[in-house]
Amino acid sequence: MTIDHPVALAPAERAVRLLGGDLTEKALALHLDGLAGVDAVGLEQRAAGLATRSIKTSSKAWALDTIMRTCDLTTLEGADTPGKVRSLVAKAVTPDASDPTTPRVAAVCVYGDMVPYAVEALGSLHGDPDAGLVSVAAVATAFPSGRASLDIKLADTSEAVAAGADEIDMVIDRGAFLSGRYGLVFDQIVAVKEACRRPDGTYAHLKVILETGELVTYDNVKRASWLAILAGADFIKTSTGKVSPAATLPVTLLMLEVIRDWHRLTGEKVGMKPAGGIRASKDAVRYLVTVAETVGEEWLTPHLWRFGASSLVNDVLLQRQKLRTGHYSGPDYVTVD
Amino acid sequence: MSFLEYAPAPESTSILNLKSEYGLFIDGEFVDGSGEVFDTISPATEEVIARIAQADASDVDRAVAAARRAYDRTWSRMSGSDRGKYLFRIARLVQERSRELAVAESLDNGKPIRETRDVDVPLVAAWFFYYAGWADKLEYAGLGPNPRSLGVAAQVIPWNFPLLMLAWKIAPALAAGNTVVIKPAETTSLTAMLFAEILQQADLPAGVVNIVTGPGSTGQALVTHDDVNKVAFTGSTGVGRMIARQVAGSSKKLTLELGGKAANIVFDDAAIDQAVEGIVNGIFFNQGHVCCAGSRLLVQENVHDEVVDKLKYRLSTLRLGDPLDKNTDIGAINSAAQLERIRTLSDTGENEGAERWQLDCTIPEKGFWFRPTIFTRVSAAHTIAREEIFGPVLSVLTFRTPDEAIAKANNTPYGLSAGIWTEKASRMLAVADRLRAGVVWANTFNKFDPASPFGGYKESGYGREGGRQGLAAYLESAGWEAPAAIMASAASATTAASGGRKKTTKKAVAK
Repeated sequence: MTIDHPVALAPAERAVRLLGGDLTEKALALHLDGLAGVDAVGLEQRAAGLATRSIKTSSKAWALDTIMRTCDLTTLEGADTPGKVRSLVAKAVTPDASDPTTPRVAAVCVYGDMVPYAVEALGSLHGDPDAGLVSVAAVATAFPSGRASLDIKLADTSEAVAAGADEIDMVIDRGAFLSGRYGLVFDQIVAVKEACRRPDGTYAHLKVILETGELVTYDNVKRASWLAILAGADFIKTSTGKVSPAATLPVTLLMLEVIRDWHRLTGEKVGMKPAGGIRASKDAVRYLVTVAETVGEEWLTPHLWRFGASSLVNDVLLQRQKLRTGHYSGPDYVTVD
Repeated sequence: MSFLEYAPAPESTSILNLKSEYGLFIDGEFVDGSGEVFDTISPATEEVIARIAQADASDVDRAVAAARRAYDRTWSRMSGSDRGKYLFRIARLVQERSRELAVAESLDNGKPIRETRDVDVPLVAAWFFYYAGWADKLEYAGLGPNPRSLGVAAQVIPWNFPLLMLAWKIAPALAAGNTVVIKPAETTSLTAMLFAEILQQADLPAGVVNIVTGPGSTGQALVTHDDVNKVAFTGSTGVGRMIARQVAGSSKKLTLELGGKAANIVFDDAAIDQAVEGIVNGIFFNQGHVCCAGSRLLVQENVHDEVVDKLKYRLSTLRLGDPLDKNTDIGAINSAAQLERIRTLSDTGENEGAERWQLDCTIPEKGFWFRPTIFTRVSAAHTIAREEIFGPVLSVLTFRTPDEAIAKANNTPYGLSAGIWTEKASRMLAVADRLRAGVVWANTFNKFDPASPFGGYKESGYGREGGRQGLAAYLESAGWEAPAAIMASAASATTAASGGRKKTTKKAVAK
């Protein structure tokens, strides 16, 4: 099945085409429930197999830089202050003062009310990560629970966009999803996407967080991924980082398989962001392997791949220093934030 | 740069401490063979690794005599718990030397280090641990009262899993109280010699295990020897048939584990992405040098295109090359002769009208290599759907209903294994029940566990290895037939190895 010119279509129209009929709750449910199941043992075995790849020397150096370039350096604490955000931005811009070849991270990810401080602190360095600049991502839609009325979620979103956020990380309504109200989840994503629109007609990128730890089953994760993509997600993201388990390799693999299938169906490229719990470079490298061997290495750019992480960056810096000097230094050789 | 090309990550061979020449292992000592010495080479580079002794009939005589002495004087008189201690010791030594064994096996066989490291060697240890546990519990194995050992076992093993097949043969034989003369395949004798060193380290009484190396004639001298009580063979159906004829009429007990042409059945309600992984594992594991390989893919017609499309896409990430590189998925074909056979059969497939698709990858200049290959538009009448190719070649057929799938799956002279992919448990069990194959994997493939019996129907041989059934093959008067097994991925465990299926399998195992 292929869809003609899908990019030109609004998400709802595109979904209608794909479902081949009316965009009803029932049609959506039939479609999602009709997806091939996921065998948990097989999925986990495949992920474990991918994790055995041995990434050495030049491949390792490339991988470490790619992790840096695709990190969303994140602070999502209730206690966040403008000062904390300015520190984060400083780190994003100059991750390792001892080595100017260190790539910048893709974005800083903050709560919506912190966006103005991040934008201000970035100044002229605010922009497209592909051009070596740093984007601002904001979590919105009553993050992390998503428990608010749609109006509040939309206001949350449009405020962040108005303040200069380039990317919006929204959470889906897991309650609605788990009770089978797929249509409601779909409509909310479509509405939030619309709230990402700027006055000039461009859109902030929309990352849809599934909170896979609360969806629990792989079948649910697959349906939710498909649903989010149908509704127009630019990225699908595993977790808020506030729920355990957060990102895991099998879940990421599964979501990448959905992205791969969608790409083969429509030609569209949807991005992927695992978030939470990825602290070691070694683990992060396994994610890169999984991306490269599932959707292809052209996904390993800031436009299609992100790590949501706060402590990963420091481990990458230590590993880069090790590659450069031949020995490991301690945690005091990188900055705390 | 391309990340996917991954910088080389070769496992070092410095751990190996190989001799330039290996003799036979008889009565606890390395001795010269009477025949001409031959080279064992690395199939990936064609370089000589070591020289191997060749045993002639007189050497086989000496080995069988040593085994008989050890049986009469030591091993058959030893308590089960003492035998168990030796087996446990061997298992632990295998673990201690696991990296060395893995490297040697990759070097000698051509299979990737990730398979020897993660599959072969751990299973070897598992097999010895498992049967060590049975050695003092034979009376409780459900094989009748006071089961008795047979005597001297003559064992001949193939080149596809040199060390693992050695463990499958030796561990149950010793646990049951037999002594052993074993002949590894001519092209893969090296790890058997390292294993002989382990036996010395373990202080196994002299003569309990003897290893004779050499070509088919050595094996023939061994299995036809008058003083052996048991013959166990794993290898081709042709050779198995010959052995069966030679052993016929004697009092020797015989088990044969022969070829296969397994059907891997994918229903339209399968977890497709995991099924694709299972197909890859089913036929491309160990370059397809697996007797139970899922070489016939039966796909329900309505998902055929999707499955084949995903399969090809998945194959494009397979990495072929240096077996010692930790990122290699597909290693070398074991010998020039085997490569030729794979080539010939593949050409036949194309000539008969099947559509060939091969992985586009660089083939190293030296060594024996064959690109992973998928044939579509294969019909049941095609040679490649009937003959065992024993290489990385998959034939894809279609079916429309479960009945048709079962009929096609069973329509083979073989019956070693089969696979079922469906998310519907009722279908899984119903189909498994009607497949005439020794092992049926459900939502998984090529899983081996020492507790699970393994063996075939029809031209795939008779007798079972593994589990309590594997003990029965080395014990007297068990009067007890081995059932088939269903392994489900949910637990990777045997669900039907007990008496519940006795009736069906008794009929099928009867020869």
